[in-house]
Amino acid sequence: MSQTSILVIAEHDNQTLKSSTLTTLTAAQHIAAGSEGRVHLLIVGHQCQNVVDAARTLGGITEILVCDAPHYASLLAEEVCAAVVPLVTDFTHVLLPATGYGKNIAPRLAAMLDVAQISDITEVCDANTFVRPIYAGNALETVRNNGGQLVITVRGSAFTPSQHAGNDVRVTPVQPTAALALSRHVSQSLTPFSRPELSTSKIVISGGRGLSAKENFQLIETIADKLGAAIGASRAAVDAGFVPNDYQVGQTGKIIAPDLYIAVGISGAIQHLAGMKESKLIVAINKDKEAPIFQIADYGIEGDLFQILPELEKALA
Amino acid sequence: MKILVGVKRVIDHNVKIRIKADGTGAELENVKMSMNPFDEIALEEAVRLKEAGVASEVVVVSVGDNSSQETLRNALARGADKALLVETEQGAAFGSLDIAKILQRLVAQLEPQLILLGKQAIDNDANQTGQMLAGLLACSQATFASALDVTDDGRITVTREIDGGLEVLSLALPAVVTADLRLNQPRYPSLPNIMKAKNKPLEIISLASMGFLPSKQLTTLNITEPKKRNSHCQWLENAAQLVAVLKEHKAI
Repeated sequence: MSQTSILVIAEHDNQTLKSSTLTTLTAAQHIAAGSEGRVHLLIVGHQCQNVVDAARTLGGITEILVCDAPHYASLLAEEVCAAVVPLVTDFTHVLLPATGYGKNIAPRLAAMLDVAQISDITEVCDANTFVRPIYAGNALETVRNNGGQLVITVRGSAFTPSQHAGNDVRVTPVQPTAALALSRHVSQSLTPFSRPELSTSKIVISGGRGLSAKENFQLIETIADKLGAAIGASRAAVDAGFVPNDYQVGQTGKIIAPDLYIAVGISGAIQHLAGMKESKLIVAINKDKEAPIFQIADYGIEGDLFQILPELEKALA
Repeated sequence: MKILVGVKRVIDHNVKIRIKADGTGAELENVKMSMNPFDEIALEEAVRLKEAGVASEVVVVSVGDNSSQETLRNALARGADKALLVETEQGAAFGSLDIAKILQRLVAQLEPQLILLGKQAIDNDANQTGQMLAGLLACSQATFASALDVTDDGRITVTREIDGGLEVLSLALPAVVTADLRLNQPRYPSLPNIMKAKNKPLEIISLASMGFLPSKQLTTLNITEPKKRNSHCQWLENAAQLVAVLKEHKAI
């Protein structure tokens, strides 16, 4: 096999390196493994020295490229892609995490390079063959690249995070491109999280329509805090306004694979199962014994969640 | 302002798919097909902009075989003014980059100010076409839109769903916007509108006449069933039992 050279585009917020970058690096190392390939990390942003410092202790990276300019501060797809295009000539693969950030950028980049993009890979077969879920995770597609550069996004829950090796990777600044100024960032509102992040938490407890009111989500919160768990939700719970939409687990929300997933008052529609069926242990609490969630649950309690959740809280004390 | 909306015919989202024994794809024979749900939302947004007097014309386009005419008629019944079918041979498969390049040619002809697409198709789950089209057109993009307003300065303001919350962008036109679930609640076509849609223009362009050659960069080797979860639900009586079991598994 010919030698591979892989560029991973880091996800960050100019302050913190996101854990999605670490799982993407692991996928990159799988691709490089069979071919003595090299892996470079690219950080496009503004005043992101903290991100660079966090990245330079990571193992398995040959070099870190940093492209820093004020017009990258908002991480707009138009500006980031313009910065990346001149840098990728020598790379066989460009990888991004399959998060909101990576999904926004990767296809635009691929089109600008006139190459194919493979979304959301869950397995690396070899440097040119990948597996990805389709039909909301109800089928797996194996795709082969017949030649040419590839842009790939990586599903975080399918790879373990790359570890910090304590080495000091060489950092090379690269020339920023001129600002395009097609789009302007106006504002941002983030949901404050005091709990573990949903996509990386080892334990997740999710609520659905069965909670029947926003106030009742407190029952879920109390247990989440006892377990050190992140909170998720079904689309029904989000649409009903019980929780913000970034809590949503499913085909159109976040796709997660925690060690333990507790589904409370969630029937288990195909859309929701697509987001959590790779969880190691699944527990369902539902008053309807026929609910589809029980078909994939390891343990189930048939009953009224308003009775069971307070009992669970007591049992955890 | 003219708006172009792209729609795709896919297996209905309520259908439990079956994989063909030869591993070439999902069984499509005698399966209910519908408009991709995210495209319904993109179309609804375009129609609302027309009803608000912001858009002058809504053109809907699909790339697919002859059966996609049904999807386009449905789009006309929901309020699109005219439809275009870029007709492909039955069973022909196109990647997102191919579709984006076909749309790019239509944009060059029709010169819409706004192109609205769904954020992803629920069959291939690629989430690529809108971004690719914006890249080919070198225009602004807003993906995962949950709100859209046209502002007085000839730009659009789009609220995007991002990991951890929401982000608001102001975009120069022309722009490509991809719809997320929460952008709107699509309407159902009424019977009178379904009847009226039969008389609306639906133009068919053969893909061959466009002289378009699809990319051969990727090949699907096979499509398989995911491994089944090896679980038979074990029923527990109460919360105390659950806690005991979870401790046994060292899950908590």
